[in-house]
Amino acid sequence: MSISIEFNDVSKKFQNTSEYAVDHISFSVTHGELITILGSSGCGKTTLLKMINRLYEPDSGVIRFFGEDISRNDPVEFRRKIGYVIQQVGLFPHMTIEKNIATVPRILKWDKDKIRSRTDELLILVGLDPEEYRKRYPSQLSGGQQQRVGLARALAADPELMLLDEPFGAIDAITRLKLQDELLKIHQASRKTFLFVTHDINEAFKLGSRVLIMDSGKIQQFDTPRNIVTNPANAFVESLIDSVRQQELLWKETTS
Amino acid sequence: MEGNHLMIEYLIKYHGKLEKALYQHLEIVLLTLVISILVAAVLTVLLLQFKRLSGFVIHLFEMIYCIPSLALFAIMIPLTGLGKTTAVIVLVVYNQYLLLRNFLDGLYHVDPAVVEAATGMGMSPNQILLQVRLPLARKAIFAGIHLAVVSTIGIATIAATINAGGIGSILFDGLRTLNTVKIVWGAVMAAGLAVVVNWILNAVEKKIG
Repeated sequence: MSISIEFNDVSKKFQNTSEYAVDHISFSVTHGELITILGSSGCGKTTLLKMINRLYEPDSGVIRFFGEDISRNDPVEFRRKIGYVIQQVGLFPHMTIEKNIATVPRILKWDKDKIRSRTDELLILVGLDPEEYRKRYPSQLSGGQQQRVGLARALAADPELMLLDEPFGAIDAITRLKLQDELLKIHQASRKTFLFVTHDINEAFKLGSRVLIMDSGKIQQFDTPRNIVTNPANAFVESLIDSVRQQELLWKETTS
Repeated sequence: MEGNHLMIEYLIKYHGKLEKALYQHLEIVLLTLVISILVAAVLTVLLLQFKRLSGFVIHLFEMIYCIPSLALFAIMIPLTGLGKTTAVIVLVVYNQYLLLRNFLDGLYHVDPAVVEAATGMGMSPNQILLQVRLPLARKAIFAGIHLAVVSTIGIATIAATINAGGIGSILFDGLRTLNTVKIVWGAVMAAGLAVVVNWILNAVEKKIG
């Protein structure tokens, strides 16, 4: 089992702020894991993610990708090996679905037939009929469908690592559950490393083989969902679990 | 009726003169347009590299744009003399404000999520500019060109005062000799050209939209 991502004492502070966004964090991820990163807004989870594809540079510490210090690579070329999905999706509105998905393969200069067959394969993988959707434009798709395309686009060049920043955050509850199930399937079939940022505790515990809980730029606990529930590391994690229990109680009360 | 008769008589007698003026006018406009767009494109690419300068440069061209055209033509005469060259230089400088403002606005105001996704996927800054920002800014870019064309047609009329020729020469000839027919023909042509071109560009703009 190889280590795909390793953080070694990594910190990041933004200009004009006194607190660290990410405060001397160390952890490592085994290749093939689906890690969810859980925290409320401002806890540093997105900053952590964006340091991996170098949209942000850390102030100190080292991030390794399969043992290699990522700061030594050209960031533009490095990003092509990493899938990236964001909440706002960010599909190119002037390109067809097919062209959107083929973005990285086109940059990597794959030949046309290979791009074509890969695009179709990905559309099927994310549950969209290629015949119907290939030539459409993003504005002709629903929010859920757009994020399916966003997922397909990120998977296009078969990246070893997928970074997902609250990808289902703006999607209605029913569609979100469906997409979560499909993401789990896609992950299991791909056996790549997925890092999934969310503020939804249910989503984090459902998807993550391990959950990394963050608060104030620090890791509060990083363990399997079962171990976190049975053995919360500190008061913060306990209060987080309590909040879910209280919600469950509310459901029971309203249904009884 | 009498007036109409004189207008048509002038047209029959001197249509060569009117055609020549129109042709000269179109030549100035076209030449100005091509040079303006090239200069604005180069400046835009430069200002994208030095973002902090862009506010200053646009402000500078805005100030120049505020100078009345007659004054700016006059200022240029000692430097580049009378004639078409001076006219085109002044018109190109005027257009920079209209073009740069629209080009930069269009390129900057692309949905940040789209740019973030593009960056995150590993598109280089040049690829993002050419494949993402430019096509998404095409409406703003065309709107800038539209404004510049209409503005150039108008201001080019004034360029007749420095011997650049064009429709303005008919108009100013008429004013100098108090020839009403000439004045009206000059005015009708100047206004007509602007209106017709504006109408064509509106149609094109709708297609792009």
